[in-house]
Amino acid sequence: MTLTMFELVLFTILTAATPLVIAAIGELVTERSGVLNLGVEGMMIAGAACAFAIAIVTGSTALGILAGMGAGMLLSSVFGVLVIFLAANQVATGLALTILGTGLAGLVGSGFIGLKREAALHLHIPFLSDVPLLGKLLFSHDLFVYLGWALVGGVAWFLNTSRSGLVLRAIGENHHSAHALGLPVRRVRFLAVLFGGACAGLAGAYLSLSYTPFWAPGMTAGRGWIALALVVFASWRPLYAFAGALLFGGATVLQLHAQAAALGIPGQLLTAMPYLATIVALVVLSMRRRRGSVAPASLGLSFMPER
Amino acid sequence: MNSPTDGKPVLVSMRGIVKRFGVFTANDHIDLDIRAGEAHALLGENGAGKSTLVKILYGLLEPTSGRIELNGVPVSLESPEAARAAGIGMVFQHFSLFENLTVAENIALVLPADEKLESVAARIEDLTARYGLKLEPYRPVWTLSAGERQRIEIARCLLQDPKLIVLDEPTSVLTPQEADALFSTLNLLRVEGRAILYISHKLDEVRRLCERATVLRGGKVVATCNPREESVRSMAAMMVGTHLVDLRAKPNEADGPARLSVDGLSLASEDLHGVSLKDISFAVRGGEVFGIAGIAGNGQDELFAALSGERLARRAGDVHIDGISVGREGINLRRQYGAAFVPEERNGHAAAPDFSLSENILLSRHATGEVTRGLSIDAAAAKSLARQIIESFDVRMSGDDPAARTLSGGNLQKFLVGREVSRTPCVLVLNQPTWGVDAAAAADIRQRLIDLSRQGAAVLVISQDLDELFEIADRMAVIHHGEVSAARLTREVTREDIGLLMAGERKESLHAH
Repeated sequence: MTLTMFELVLFTILTAATPLVIAAIGELVTERSGVLNLGVEGMMIAGAACAFAIAIVTGSTALGILAGMGAGMLLSSVFGVLVIFLAANQVATGLALTILGTGLAGLVGSGFIGLKREAALHLHIPFLSDVPLLGKLLFSHDLFVYLGWALVGGVAWFLNTSRSGLVLRAIGENHHSAHALGLPVRRVRFLAVLFGGACAGLAGAYLSLSYTPFWAPGMTAGRGWIALALVVFASWRPLYAFAGALLFGGATVLQLHAQAAALGIPGQLLTAMPYLATIVALVVLSMRRRRGSVAPASLGLSFMPER
Repeated sequence: MNSPTDGKPVLVSMRGIVKRFGVFTANDHIDLDIRAGEAHALLGENGAGKSTLVKILYGLLEPTSGRIELNGVPVSLESPEAARAAGIGMVFQHFSLFENLTVAENIALVLPADEKLESVAARIEDLTARYGLKLEPYRPVWTLSAGERQRIEIARCLLQDPKLIVLDEPTSVLTPQEADALFSTLNLLRVEGRAILYISHKLDEVRRLCERATVLRGGKVVATCNPREESVRSMAAMMVGTHLVDLRAKPNEADGPARLSVDGLSLASEDLHGVSLKDISFAVRGGEVFGIAGIAGNGQDELFAALSGERLARRAGDVHIDGISVGREGINLRRQYGAAFVPEERNGHAAAPDFSLSENILLSRHATGEVTRGLSIDAAAAKSLARQIIESFDVRMSGDDPAARTLSGGNLQKFLVGREVSRTPCVLVLNQPTWGVDAAAAADIRQRLIDLSRQGAAVLVISQDLDELFEIADRMAVIHHGEVSAARLTREVTREDIGLLMAGERKESLHAH
């Protein structure tokens, strides 16, 4: 493998990991507040469709991104009202959200199938971007990749050192105690759900505006579900989620190269590899933690203050 | 009634407080005055309305009617923040702590919004110096003992500089030594002029600490008194409304063969925050009540599960019932050998809350064949068995065969103990048999356990209630961090001995009395 080939593989791993990182970080914040939103896939694909449609109509990538995030937030706000304020079952509502999101995306995107537009601009810093290997890996991505990195760092800081992060963790840990201390349980949870929706929408926008710059139904290809698994895989820690996304991105890219190299293994099996890798990783991890999990203790439970 | 704080100004005054939940009246026109610098006890049985009243005072519940005055000015306490702003602090019975956060993080959550998180460490040092509250800021809460947890709660409360501190059953999870430390902290606070509202049903403690007591029964104030002028018996009578009878227990020197024996039982916990059992050995002989004391969360639930067969031991020989190795056998076979079990949690573990009483009979009796015919249920037999138990154990309820959840805690517990005792088992294992049960029902249950043991059964009682164990147990051991101490005759040990073992003092340091 030549250096440029090696460079290319590493580069594509980073790009393949980006939608997973962004969506997983959003879901991680949601789950840390104690809400399990299984609708990531739905919010992501709605984000992809709306982002592409608006970008085509207005010709602006920035407006497309905002539209993608807005679509994710809109769907998540529906979910939030149902599960937080009306105490609907989180699992059922989340699954319904995925179905709703997929349907809406098909509706919005139906007029845009087959259209193409330029991928979002990549950074180019003279000299820096031309440094062999590192220059390409660090200084020549598009906006989304850097946004993903910033999200990881920002959320890690927020959760571990800020007061608001502490409040959010406390609410996810024990909502009764948090309420007794006077912390605004439902408001914080709703904001966390909205953040998760915005991130899922952003991840979708990345897919349709940059990763594969066109719209096709089902283009998220289960990435929302992978992002959900990543949160568990990462034990609800942002930096681990980033590492897990790289691992999964790596598996995706390597199977593409393996197919190209014609190893004689059926392509379908290779395509399935990343998903199998996720399942194996989850099983290994949960076996290592046999004495229980580090999940937020109130995860998935509804909270209604008694008056 | 005279009290040393009679002349002091009234700090908090609750007037005509009524709280209804649907048709149930939890608080019925309650008046309560708390004076500055006094320790005021709120006494009452479970269900008397103490917790509801305190939740109203702390802004967690809204009263249906009535008013609260602070220094004579009416206030509206619509949220815990409002109560804290008014100078009311609360130390909860079931701690409102976050298990996976550190001590410092738990305390930081109540710091005023304009204060930097970094100042927590300095605040903790200050509290340690002033009130002797020892705290380790960077340990996660789940590694701490109940006493340490309570100190976090108190520290949190004190950071708000409260005028009134409410403590809900503060000593129920403490060793006697930890309780002493708590009382000296409380006395320091009182000297500073802070008032204390102390909720408890431990009358000895109330007599030690408080100079005024308000007694609730059935949601109403039935008496106000100075506990130091009353006896434990007279206050108990006010709480219960009737005079209590003493238990009849002949001293017992059972020396027959062991009917339940545990030999070197070790079992790793399945739960992250659970306790592993370590090399536990003891034997319970026919004719005796054997008590296992200990603070909650020291392996009681794990031990109960291993004895009942809900979790299998690693070796068959770890548990014997009447000499038969049952360590690897499930709960049904153990029942068939004559053992019976009463777990701690009434609704959800011992009974299915939405099932009728006769259906609940099936839950533990199906294995022993009295209420089944082949593969089908003998509903008539179950109903008549339920009726027998209800009559002989004086279970009060409404309706003919009501759902388990409609019974009060005491009545349901009487029924569940009756379900097992009426089989006359050879071994009976109970976990916290009178937890949250009113005094009359508790006395009744204890008498039944003694009677059963005197018929030749081995009765094992796992309990946090030391009073209970000293009342009924012939021999006693202590469980701490999953280890069970050597058994001692109850009449040869003191509460201090047991307290030290509960706190994890080494066994060698104890001397016989």
